Amino acid sequence: MEEVKLHYDVNAYDFICAGEASGKLKRSLKDLGFDATLIRKVAIAVYEAEINMVIHAEGGVIDATITPEDITVVLADKGPGIPDIELAMKEGYSTAPENVRSLGFGAGMGLPNIKKYTDEMDIETEIGVGTTITLKIYNK
Amino acid sequence: MDVKNLVEELGLKVLCGENLEREISGCYCGDLLSWVMSRANEGDVWLTVMGNINSVGVAVLADVACIVLTENAALDEDALKRAMQNDVIILQTDKNSYQMAAAISKLI
Repeated sequence: MEEVKLHYDVNAYDFICAGEASGKLKRSLKDLGFDATLIRKVAIAVYEAEINMVIHAEGGVIDATITPEDITVVLADKGPGIPDIELAMKEGYSTAPENVRSLGFGAGMGLPNIKKYTDEMDIETEIGVGTTITLKIYNK
Repeated sequence: MDVKNLVEELGLKVLCGENLEREISGCYCGDLLSWVMSRANEGDVWLTVMGNINSVGVAVLADVACIVLTENAALDEDALKRAMQNDVIILQTDKNSYQMAAAISKLI
């Protein structure tokens, strides 16, 4: 298998389309013949990050690089940035507004779920500039 | 036990899904999407009152066997459309999640 690169745009505050990028990525991985457990891990981690972009960051872009050894996904936004990453990583801590919570989001599980389902996770964030999250999941 | 058996045994209403021959391995109850996505297992029956489009997204990603909307929770039109596109089975019952889970545990 050659290296495969995929790109997705994520719209802000669009809860109808939210989850489309992770859904498409999931289908692509399935078509490429990856194992179901790996696909589930990638899909959950990317879905959480995608939803974060929709809720907090006025959308952004997702770039995935797929090789037989691993899947790397870079999610970049120009949102407000994360003031306290340690706090944001805590299960149950959420800054999601009430209207978003009524949709079933805002459980404060987004970043913890991403960490749980990835082998490597790196967050670069600057207040007022944006956040870039890089995820890597090994194909063991 | 597959979804078709579940529908017959418990008299559930089918809101979406043509092929109901999907095997059931367990059951999970919850309405917070991130929580469900991370904890529900593949092949679970998912009991929830959230009938919006994002529930369908979670069902696809977590690969649950079906969604059961308890207490006759409504299914949004957008959600139905997305479910049809993605072959997600959605059922409905007037029972609450506890009653439904108890009934399912006797069957599987």
